[in-house]
Amino acid sequence: MSAILEARKVGRVLHEGEVPVTLLRDVSLSIMPGEFVSITGPSGSGKSSLLYILGLLDQCTSGAVYLNGLPTDDLGSASLSRMRLEHLGFVFQFHFLLPEFTILENVRIPMQRLGRLSERDQKDRATHLLEQLGLGDQGEKRPAQLSGGQRQRAAIARALANAPAVILADEPTGNLDTKNGRIVHDIFKGLARNQNTAIVMVTHDQALAATTDRQIHLVDGTLDLES
Amino acid sequence: MISIIPLLLKIALAHLSGRRRQTLVATAGVAMGVGFFIAMAAMMQGFQTYFVQTIVDVSPHIVISDTYRELPRQPLTLIFNPENAALAIRNVKPKEEIRGIRNAGRILRALADMKGVKVAPMLEGQIIYRYGSTDKAATLSGIDPDAEKNITDIESDMVSGKLDNLKTYANGIVIGVGLARDLNAKYGDTITAVSPAGIVRNVKIVGIFRSGITALDNRASYALLKRAQILQNRPNVINAIRMHLDDPNAARSVAADIEKRFSYKAESWQEANEGFMAVFTIQNIIIYSTTSAILIVACFGIFNIISTIVNEKTRDIAILKSMGFGEGDIQGVFVFQGALMGVCGAVAGWGLGYAMSRGLGAIRVNIESELSMDRLFIIYTWTHYAFGGGACVIAATLAAWLPARKASKLRPVDILRGAA
Repeated sequence: MSAILEARKVGRVLHEGEVPVTLLRDVSLSIMPGEFVSITGPSGSGKSSLLYILGLLDQCTSGAVYLNGLPTDDLGSASLSRMRLEHLGFVFQFHFLLPEFTILENVRIPMQRLGRLSERDQKDRATHLLEQLGLGDQGEKRPAQLSGGQRQRAAIARALANAPAVILADEPTGNLDTKNGRIVHDIFKGLARNQNTAIVMVTHDQALAATTDRQIHLVDGTLDLES
Repeated sequence: MISIIPLLLKIALAHLSGRRRQTLVATAGVAMGVGFFIAMAAMMQGFQTYFVQTIVDVSPHIVISDTYRELPRQPLTLIFNPENAALAIRNVKPKEEIRGIRNAGRILRALADMKGVKVAPMLEGQIIYRYGSTDKAATLSGIDPDAEKNITDIESDMVSGKLDNLKTYANGIVIGVGLARDLNAKYGDTITAVSPAGIVRNVKIVGIFRSGITALDNRASYALLKRAQILQNRPNVINAIRMHLDDPNAARSVAADIEKRFSYKAESWQEANEGFMAVFTIQNIIIYSTTSAILIVACFGIFNIISTIVNEKTRDIAILKSMGFGEGDIQGVFVFQGALMGVCGAVAGWGLGYAMSRGLGAIRVNIESELSMDRLFIIYTWTHYAFGGGACVIAATLAAWLPARKASKLRPVDILRGAA
C-alpha cells in the first residue's frame, strides 16, 4: 500500500523579518490511507506549519510534498487549488462556516465548486453527510443558530463534501468542551476506520493524541524520533 | 468555470446583503452619475438638434455668393510654383470686379438640373428703415417668393401676412418680428426704406415672420427680387444663389463640387455655422467630463465598500481558498459585487435620468439669444442610456477590481492560523 500523502525532507524558512526564522527542518513522513495520525508538540514547534504544508496551503522552502505519489512543489496556485478541492478536506479550530448561508448550503459549496454532481445529488449528499454527523435536522439553520459542537460537526461535514482522501485538522477540538471534543474525535476515528479516509490532526491534547494510530511529535521544527 | 458563476454570484450577493446600507448609498452614487449624464446629454443634444434643425429649416443648405475664396493666381505663379521657386510678388492689387454673379441665369439653370436640388436667386443688400423717429439698419433680400418657399421654411414662420403678399402689393416687404418691434411698426404700416444707392421709397409691411433665429428676426427683410434690384439700383443683378438639398448632410460635398464648377464661393450650412459646431463640441466635452467626474467619485464609493467587505470577510476568503477556490474565483466574487452595483446603479440611473429629462422638458423658459426658445428641448435616445449604463458598469467593475485582486492574493495561512 502506498502513502496518500508524503513529506520528504520538508523545510520551511520564513524570510519576513531581518533574521530568517526556521519553522521546519528536514521533516519526512508518510500518511497511509485510512490512517489516523496526530501531530503534537509544544506551541511554536511548527506543527501547524507542517499541517498547512501537507495541506498545500503553504509551500515548503526545501524538500517536497507528494500527494498520491505525485510531487506538488512545482505546481501553480490553480493546480494546488484543484488538488485541495478534489483530495483534501480541512477542519480548523474555528468553524469558518459562511454566516450568510445555511448549514446545508455551506456543506454544498465545495461540491458546487467541483461541479461533478447534479444539484439534486449535491443536496442528497449534503443531507446524508449531515445525518451521519447527527445534524440531520439542522440543515436549514444558519451557523449562528447552532451550538459550538454542532458547528464543528457541520465544518467536518463540509470538509467531507468531496469525499477527500485526507482530512487535515488543526486543533479541531480546541474550542470544544470535553464531551464535544470526544464526539469530534470519535467521528474522525470512524472516518478512518470505515471510509478509509486518512486523518492528520494537530492537537496539544495528549490524551486524545494517545488514542490515534500514530503520534508524531515535533520539537523545534524537527521530528522527535522517540515517538 | 461558467458553471460556478451562480455560486460566485450567490456569495457576492450574500456579502453585499450584509452591508445593505453602504451598498445602497454607493449604488445611489453611481445612479446619480448615470442619471445626470442622461439628463445633461438629453438637454444638450436636444438643444443642438433643435438648433441644427432650425438652421436647416430656416436657412438654405448652400449659398453661392458673388465672391471668390481665393484671389485669382498671378500668371507668374502659374508658371513657377511658388512652393518650389524663390518667388515673391508684392503689391498685387486685385482687379475690382462688378459685384454680382455673372452669367447667373446659366448657373441657375445648370443647378436646377441637378438631382435633389432646388435653387432660388437672391439679391442681398443693406437698407435702412425709417419709421417715426427710429432708424434701423437691416438687410434687404430680393427674392422670388415661389422659389424661396422651396428653399426655406419662411412661409410657415409667418406670424402675420403671407409671403405671397409680396406679389400682390407693389411696395410690399416682409420683415422679422424683432425688426418690427424695434421699429415700432405693425403689419400693414408703411415705412420708409433708404438704400445705400441713395434711393428712398415708401414700403408697406405685408408680412412679419418669426424664424426663431434671433439674428434673422432682428435684421432681415424680404422684398420681390425686382423691387430690391430697383431699390439697390442694380437691375438684373443677383449676388446669391440659395440652394435646398433633399439630403442636408450632403451639403458640404455638394458645395465643394459647385465651387469647383463655377468658382464662386459656395458655402454649406455646416460651414456657415462652424462656430456653433465648435461650441457644441466644447459643450459635449463639458458634459462628458462633468459626468465622468461624478461617476469617478461614485466609483470611489464602490471601491471603498468592496475594500471594507474584503477586510471583513478575510475568514470567508481563507476558508474558500482552503476548500479549493482559486484566485480567479475569489477575484470573481468581489468583481461581481462591483459589477452588480454597477448594473443596479445603471438601471436606477436610467430611471433617474428619464425622470430628470421629463422634469427639464417641463420647464418653461424665455431665451432670446442666437435662438429664441420657450422651453428646453430634450432628446430621448437609447444611445445616451447605453453609453451611460455601459460606462457605469465598466467603471464599477474596475473600481472593484483592485480590492478583488487584493482579496485573491490573501494567503489563507495567515488568516486561518490567527483566527479562533
